[in-house]
Amino acid sequence: MLRVENLQKNFNVKILGDKHIPGCHDISFQLKAGQFVSLSGPSGAGKSTILKCIYRTYLPGSGHIWYDSANYGVVDLATVSERILLDIRNREMAYVSQFLNVIPRVSALDLVMEPILTRNGVSYQEARERACHLLQRLQIPEELFEAYPATFSGGEQQRVNIARAVSWKPRLLLLDEPTASLDVKSIDRVLELLTELRQQGTTMVGIFHDPEIMKKTASHIYPLQ
Amino acid sequence: MEALLKARRLSKIFGPGCSLCNESTGPDFDTNVCPHCHSVVACNAVDFDLYPGEVLGIVGESGSGKSTLIKLAHFEWSATDGEMTLHRSGLPAALAELLADKADQYTCNLFGLSQFQQRQVRNALMGIVYQNPLLGLRMNVSSGGNIAERLLGAGWRHIGKMCDRASELLEKTEIPISRMDEPPKNFSGGMQQRVQIAKALSNNPLLLLLDEVTTGLDLSVQARVLDLIRSLQREFQLSMLVVSHDLGVINLLCNRTMVMKHGRVVESGLTDQILQDPQHGYTQLLVASQL
Repeated sequence: MLRVENLQKNFNVKILGDKHIPGCHDISFQLKAGQFVSLSGPSGAGKSTILKCIYRTYLPGSGHIWYDSANYGVVDLATVSERILLDIRNREMAYVSQFLNVIPRVSALDLVMEPILTRNGVSYQEARERACHLLQRLQIPEELFEAYPATFSGGEQQRVNIARAVSWKPRLLLLDEPTASLDVKSIDRVLELLTELRQQGTTMVGIFHDPEIMKKTASHIYPLQ
Repeated sequence: MEALLKARRLSKIFGPGCSLCNESTGPDFDTNVCPHCHSVVACNAVDFDLYPGEVLGIVGESGSGKSTLIKLAHFEWSATDGEMTLHRSGLPAALAELLADKADQYTCNLFGLSQFQQRQVRNALMGIVYQNPLLGLRMNVSSGGNIAERLLGAGWRHIGKMCDRASELLEKTEIPISRMDEPPKNFSGGMQQRVQIAKALSNNPLLLLLDEVTTGLDLSVQARVLDLIRSLQREFQLSMLVVSHDLGVINLLCNRTMVMKHGRVVESGLTDQILQDPQHGYTQLLVASQL
């Protein structure tokens, strides 16, 4: 479903006098529908860069990212038009960042509801129920549902972040250290959710720092130097 | 999906202009004043597509040509060169005929229309919100009257219906209906901006142009105006061109973004990509300069 071929990304920082910073190079891996590939390697090895290239938050330097889209067939995410990429983001691909980065002044419940409403085409009531259910499963206290996540603790923010990305059951899920700031109990809950999502057909690429978690969840591991 | 609006080679030169204007200005020369004829190249050969329901941002420093672009699109200034066409499917029947090129899916070049026709297109299809409410509102006419004026331009004739529409919109933009008959000069800056938004939306525009709408408002008011724009965009699936020098505003509102400098588009892309992986030196400087 996803095949990355010789992906390379360098950052060219012009304001530091045209400084070249290597991001990642010679990255090739592939995964079939329903698989879970975990990228592993030390800090700075380029793991997040790869995910961001797939999501086009970073513009890939060279190489291909072949993705078998439900709507467009096989496309190269490295070069496909911005228009199609936005549409794929809207219908098929979700990205969980390391830190919650969302619109201010929107309540936690609304944040999680929004993608369900706009992408799954269900009624307001059903979206609300699904969002509540998800937040409960992730142990967000009920009194926080209507509060703004900017005021939450780090772990709570990260759980809202995950809830938002998994709520609408994307086809392809990119996870950038989703468990980094969570306690053991929450980690188990998150992994349980991810496993469930995988059983329902979501393909995933993830980054985990903890080798234990990586072994537990990923079906394949791609090591980086 | 096809583009709602296509702009090609949009150019505006103030002054006599000469054959060397284009090749001797721009970011590479760090000026937009032609050294040969001293004309100002406000914007040069700008291309963009705007899709239905999409929000396209334009960032850049003062004098980079952002507002010029909006003024060209709104027919306030006539373009030196270039064309702008609209997809015909969304147009009301009367206009689709007026702009007919029978075989084509797009209208003729809108810059080639007479001033009267341009006004018709503007009244029927466009809404604009300026940084300065003085430009968008008649300060001495009641808020309801301001909206009615716009509705009259768009062909409405029934007073009762216009009143209903005005109160509906003012309610949406959180202006108390009891103050509907007051002129905007009595209002605070944030309220004036919201009346302006209500006025811009009154004719159900296909295209909404926002020119630095939050500049000069204090932070909490800024947030309210932005939240309002966001929710209205969602509700009506508005297609918008958003000009701002504030990257926060762009990040909040826009799907895609163009970066302008000295009248040229130096970079364009998805908004998160522009902000996190800027390619052009100027964009990198802009992102790094964020507070």
